[in-house]
Amino acid sequence: MTAPTTTSGGAAPTDGIDLSVDLGGNDGALVLPNPIVTASGCFASGREIDALWDVAELGAVVAKSVTREPRQGLPTPRMTETPSGMLNAIGLQNPGVDTWVDRDVPWLAARGARVIASIAGNTVEDFREVAKRVGTSREVVAVEVNLSCPNVSHRGLVFATQASTAAEVVRAVRAALPTMPLFAKLTPDVTEIAPVGRAVVEAGATGVSAINTTLGMAIDAETGRVKVANGYAGLSGPAIRPMAVRAIHQLHAELGPDVPIIGMGGVRSVEDVVELVRAGASAVAVGTATFADPFTARTLVRSLGSWLEQRGFTSLSELRGSVHRWPHNP
Amino acid sequence: MSVQGRDVGPVAMTCEVVDRRRYGRYWGLTLSAPDIARRAAPGQFVNVAVEAPGTLLRRPFSIAGVSLGGQVAGTIDIVLDAHGPGTDALATIAPGASLDVLGPLGKPFPMPQRRVATLLVGGGYGAAPMYYLGERLRAGGHRVNFLIGAADTQRIIDPITPKRMANQASFTTEDGSMGHRGRVTDLLADDLASTGAKVVYACGPNAMLAAVGAICEDLGVPCQVSVEEHMACGVGVCMTCVLPLRGRGGTIANRRVCIDGPVFTSTRIAWDQSRYADPAPTTVDAGTIGDRDTIEVEAEGDGSFKAGVRTVRPQDTR
Ligand SMILES: Cc1cc2nc3c(=O)[nH]c(=O)nc-3n(C[C@H](O)[C@H](O)[C@H](O)COP(=O)(O)OP(=O)(O)OC[C@H]3O[C@@H](n4cnc5c(N)ncnc54)[C@H](O)[C@@H]3O)c2cc1C
Ligand SMILES: Cc1cc2nc3c(=O)[nH]c(=O)nc-3n(C[C@H](O)[C@H](O)[C@H](O)COP(=O)(O)O)c2cc1C
Ligand code: FES
Repeated sequence: MTAPTTTSGGAAPTDGIDLSVDLGGNDGALVLPNPIVTASGCFASGREIDALWDVAELGAVVAKSVTREPRQGLPTPRMTETPSGMLNAIGLQNPGVDTWVDRDVPWLAARGARVIASIAGNTVEDFREVAKRVGTSREVVAVEVNLSCPNVSHRGLVFATQASTAAEVVRAVRAALPTMPLFAKLTPDVTEIAPVGRAVVEAGATGVSAINTTLGMAIDAETGRVKVANGYAGLSGPAIRPMAVRAIHQLHAELGPDVPIIGMGGVRSVEDVVELVRAGASAVAVGTATFADPFTARTLVRSLGSWLEQRGFTSLSELRGSVHRWPHNP
Repeated sequence: MSVQGRDVGPVAMTCEVVDRRRYGRYWGLTLSAPDIARRAAPGQFVNVAVEAPGTLLRRPFSIAGVSLGGQVAGTIDIVLDAHGPGTDALATIAPGASLDVLGPLGKPFPMPQRRVATLLVGGGYGAAPMYYLGERLRAGGHRVNFLIGAADTQRIIDPITPKRMANQASFTTEDGSMGHRGRVTDLLADDLASTGAKVVYACGPNAMLAAVGAICEDLGVPCQVSVEEHMACGVGVCMTCVLPLRGRGGTIANRRVCIDGPVFTSTRIAWDQSRYADPAPTTVDAGTIGDRDTIEVEAEGDGSFKAGVRTVRPQDTR
């Protein structure tokens, strides 16, 4: 797996352009060499993509959400394509936190990748336990808390849909991991996302990740059958990018420049990365685009510098939150 | 020509369409893809980017043949059934145009350890990779026999090829327009007896593969099948393409078709735990859709599966 990369694909890293980002917020420094990370659940263990290119080129690898126990996930079909997007219901198939920490984290670290964990559960207790286990790894540099999970003690209501339950999970994870940079991953399926962001930061999150998929559904017109076995499924891809830009903008406006945001939702091109950064993202995750082109994230890492250079920028961070209104409607 | 990837394994490359031809209802495409052709083996597939309005994801196709050398340094063939936006777009692409192709992907068919007679069963466009496999088996000194079936003659790909290559080639069509009227499973046991085949390879609709696998298991003949499942990525990162597979000790686990397959030993597949067990559509009651937090699937030996479901339950239904 260590064979050299054969050829081409994107420009060489550009000298003089500072692509580094600090995701440490008020919890000290967490500097990534570039802002491109993977979206949880869209990169498996890292080995699969490393068979194609060197995953250490990424700013960080955000891993698939892991749970206390291994999960087999939902029945198939688990996906269907929709206009400029896709619906998925995987059901968090994962090897469990123990296997992930023992097998995948050391491998990623040995490859030189920076590892961000993603943790999931169906009770506050689940999150606490998974967090503790992740905390035993010295190689995990940050933890994303996947709050888009159904809360079994709350009729299956997703944690992230209510500020109070979202904050409860974050408090429990913070107690288990007092010094770890924590990112609360939010769902766009709420009336107002900013108060949820405020609540998780007050509960101890270093920053937020936005957005997770938005719930959708597809039905075969002929047969009446649901196209994804679970019925409801998460919509991702370019179709949701405007929602992501809006949510990130609202969160950045609410939380201010000191709170880092990992932005995601439909990113495919360098322009998409810059759009999310202008909206307020500090780093940008690539999810569904990897399915269409597994080289996407690497191409972005390699071409971001020259995009900025050609436009006279010296760093990406100077663009964060830089959004202009129309002069006639200030 | 841009090629991305490592020295081994799959690459992404821009390929020129060098030929397009009809096989009855299907289309055959020949693509200039030297790097993929050099690395490919029968049973593997390619994931092809399509440009059709609103499409995003690639479409997987079995490699139906490779040719090395010649005018272009190496080509691969695919055979496609145009029946949706992606396959329709590919069926109308003219020679000279370019396609972005990723491959070879997946695990190939294992080759027999010693010289044996083989029976290759293909259903519909699933015959395409069987012709490629047949060539390789013959080159390896194995005896090759074909059993090719489809709904009608229009869906039998180029019957001359298997006839020329094989010691024995039988055909079935459901409308009786070619060969035996019926399905490949009607002839399988007879063909195994008449050819003395010691191993079966099969590709076709999953329901056919389940039936072929069951007959082979009854007769004690090892059978390798190449299965299909809906795929978002084709490279192992999305977990959409899983099939329940038996492991040691009777445990059943969801494995990825794209990277752990698409070729599996047929007895390992727990078809009864998959959606292919019950082909009849069941009506869906709106009240039950996604209305659960965990599902419990009884598995042999290993207790049960537990699966979290990400749902927002409409609040006004309770
Ligand atoms: C390993 C593998 C090998 C294949 N080999 C061939 C081949 O040699 N020739 C051929 O004609 N077809 C083959 N298929 C099926 C082919 O990929 C689908 O027919 C095609 O993706 C349909 O795309 P569409 O846009 O035309 O149709 P639609 O039905 O509109 O497709 C919508 C979505 O469903 C997916 N999908 C639909 N049917 C299938 C299917 N049967 N399997 C997987 N995904 C599906 C598509 O990829 C797409 O994402 C293979 C599939 C797999 C998994
Ligand atoms: C197949 C698939 C699996 C996903 N699994 C997870 C997961 O395990 N945990 C999580 O927090 N988000 C998960 N997501 C959501 C993504 O991380 C991301 O937030 C979302 O897809 C939007 O980004 P995109 O449009 O770039 O894909 C998944 C998305 C997809 C498409
Ligand atoms: S198609 Fe993505 S894991 Fe198999």
